[in-house]
Amino acid sequence: MQFRFEARPTPSRKVFWLSPLVAIALSCLVAMAIFALSGLAPVASLITFITEPVSTMYGFGELLIKAAPLILIAVGLAIGFRANVWNIGAEGQIIMGVIFSGGLALAYGDSDSWLVLPGMVLLGLLGGSVWASIPALLRIHFRANEILTSLMLNYVAHFALIFLVHGIWRDPAGFNFPQSKPLGEAALFPVLIEGTRANLSILFAPLAVLLAWLLLKRSFLGFQLQARGVSQSAAQYAGFRADRAILVGMLCGGAAAGVAGVAEVAGPLGQIYPSVTPGYGYAAIIVAFLGRLHPVGILFAGLLMALLYLSGDAAQMILGLPPSIAGVIQATLLFFLLSTEVLVNYRLRRSRDLSSGGSIA
Amino acid sequence: MTTGPNQVLPRWRLELIGISKSYANVVANEDISLRVKPGEIHGLVGENGAGKSTLMKILYGMVRPDAGQIIWNDKETLIESPAVAQRLGIGMILQHFALFDTLTAAENIALGLVGRPPLADVIRRVNELGQQYSLSIDPMQHVYTMSVGQRQRVEILRALMQSPKLLIMDEPTSVLTPQAVERLFDTLRVIADEGCSIIYISHKLGEVQSLCHRATVLRQGRVVHTCQTNLETEESLAHMMIGSDPPKLREKDATSLPSRTRIEVRNISVQLDDPFSTPLDNISFAVREGEILGIAGVSGNGQQELFSVLSGEIAKLKSGSLLVDNKELTTLSPLQRRRLGLCALPDDRMGRGAVGIMPLTWNLLLTSNGAEHVRHGFIRFRQLNASTEDCIRQFNVVAPGVNAKAASLSGGNLQKFLIGREVLQEPKVLIVSQPTWGVDVGAAAAIHQVLLDLSASGCAVIVISEELDELFQLSDRLVVMASGTLSEPVKRADFDRDAVGLAMAGQSPSDQEQEATDAVSL
Repeated sequence: MQFRFEARPTPSRKVFWLSPLVAIALSCLVAMAIFALSGLAPVASLITFITEPVSTMYGFGELLIKAAPLILIAVGLAIGFRANVWNIGAEGQIIMGVIFSGGLALAYGDSDSWLVLPGMVLLGLLGGSVWASIPALLRIHFRANEILTSLMLNYVAHFALIFLVHGIWRDPAGFNFPQSKPLGEAALFPVLIEGTRANLSILFAPLAVLLAWLLLKRSFLGFQLQARGVSQSAAQYAGFRADRAILVGMLCGGAAAGVAGVAEVAGPLGQIYPSVTPGYGYAAIIVAFLGRLHPVGILFAGLLMALLYLSGDAAQMILGLPPSIAGVIQATLLFFLLSTEVLVNYRLRRSRDLSSGGSIA
Repeated sequence: MTTGPNQVLPRWRLELIGISKSYANVVANEDISLRVKPGEIHGLVGENGAGKSTLMKILYGMVRPDAGQIIWNDKETLIESPAVAQRLGIGMILQHFALFDTLTAAENIALGLVGRPPLADVIRRVNELGQQYSLSIDPMQHVYTMSVGQRQRVEILRALMQSPKLLIMDEPTSVLTPQAVERLFDTLRVIADEGCSIIYISHKLGEVQSLCHRATVLRQGRVVHTCQTNLETEESLAHMMIGSDPPKLREKDATSLPSRTRIEVRNISVQLDDPFSTPLDNISFAVREGEILGIAGVSGNGQQELFSVLSGEIAKLKSGSLLVDNKELTTLSPLQRRRLGLCALPDDRMGRGAVGIMPLTWNLLLTSNGAEHVRHGFIRFRQLNASTEDCIRQFNVVAPGVNAKAASLSGGNLQKFLIGREVLQEPKVLIVSQPTWGVDVGAAAAIHQVLLDLSASGCAVIVISEELDELFQLSDRLVVMASGTLSEPVKRADFDRDAVGLAMAGQSPSDQEQEATDAVSL
């Protein structure tokens, strides 16, 4: 008796919607097993693990400011991924958004002009786009693999930022720490929810979800990008331009990452550090795939990933477990999501025994 | 030669009894029984999807049947793998050759042999067998420099090296010129006369009729009939194969129309970077309103390249120009060309002409994306759905609905849909490559009718095909492509199969005598 995978005649809609729920349920089981092994009450610990971070209004705000950049960047990246454009450089594009907007913020942050903030957003968007256009152009003109070039540019961007905050941007009153002076009031997003750190910038995330949905599901440009993503020769036959798909795919990710960078400095940070991003550019890749490259899926995936980040703190403070437990559970969830997704296109069948030569009715 | 040489022999080389095999949602073979005598050439005919390939895969140990017995030389046998099949003496020659381009013929043959015979021995054997069966090849020649016919000879020699008792050939003539087909048949008759049975899979009934002793007809996974081919006609075989009389086409009238030129190709030459592509050399032709131009040729002689140059997928020309209605399109993209009335449909339907995992609506949008379906950059879904429904209804496409994935359609239905997609754009020029490749007879007839109707409405149609019958049926004029060049066009009234066959081999009629003497000396 053996089990084997058999291709479904058509992908199952039911399993498509069910599989994330099954994956979450299985991950919860694994989490409970870990808690039990650590000598904790499994169910109670799980509830603490999940609900503790959002048990207060402040915690809820933290969830939003963590989820917002993840969603914003992941949505931008997903557009490229759907066009078969592999932008791994969101981390560097965030930093470029910070550098472009940071210059303006440091120069005019103390003025009381309302133009500073929109200017920062535009410059951040420009910075991320400029940085993303480099691998795009290298790809178009020299066929350089954009995975490698965009990844390597992350380090370039990082060192550019370090150069600035160790040099001309260093706060003279900052006891020689590598950081800028705090940004002025005009360069900070106003708080959206009273009593939290959640500021106006979190609205960029749902806006991005909406725009990406329009692009991917309603526009002809989005159709062209996705056609290229599933079959390059079909796109070529139809006459959809490959260079445009590469450029648009890269720029969407770059622009989103750049804006996310602005949201970080002009939001919770309020100051420019060498470590402006805690790896959002990489985490967003996971979020994009967790959300199946669908804007709405990414919205949920971003919230879930943000919750798991915060749960790490809760695990440490309340359950007395190392914070890396959150990483373990994140990985478990990803594992189950990917493995249950196989069932959308395949089903498990018990294969019939084949005895030698004889006929089996 | 239509009678079997071994009718007195009592036993069967191969007996299949009640073979059945089903996949997730299709029954490929159901209760198939088949017997082949030693030395018999047995035809296996049926349309695409009738179950021929599955049956042969079972016989060659590539697929396990769900039920049924295989009796080999009067002994019940389990064929577990191709290795077992080879040990039993079953050889298989596939439609698409499995040769390494960068190795020589002898090296390719040696790779398939059990043990490691010295290459010198292999070369000696190859030469012996080549003499014996008129399969002349140079064992030291590299495969990439060989013609398709030569490659096929390498494949046959490789199979003969194992002294097979049964040779399975899958559509072996689809890549050959008519003259090469005759030569292949002579060889097969010699092989069969020595006691080796041959199962000959084909959908070309004329060939089955002239080569095979008996034939088994499959339809929808079942055996419809097993017959002596000398007691049947091509028509009666066709009837068995389709289950009804083959659809009749309106005859194309041979009168030439004094009309204006729609598409003109002037001195196009192309040299691609890809070393395996065929360069195009100074191609010129013109097609008029209401005319169908057929382009014949053995595959790999530049038809792919020519198609892509016309469609706009290959943009880098060495020289030449392309005009539609006296408007120069040479530098335009496929999308821009389509807007100006030049539509094209490639032979690889899945992956290029259509995207399998996309619904039919999106596949329609792939090329039909003018103002009707796209406004201000946004897709007009209502119109798109309506057009897709139109296309399905008007061209009799069997599909579950407008949102069905392209991959869920049968080859014939998908092709009808794609042809419909192009026709509904009311092109001035339509270029189709292999329009009925892998398509059932009914769909093929429907597609031919659509092309005839389209040309009658004033469109210039260019049909690139390897099926001479198809081209003879449709074309007003015919050109032959060989080694990247085009022959002079021949009018419908002057179509001649032998002349076309020679042109396909890249020979002018003056070379004919040389070929004839070659054939005798082998």
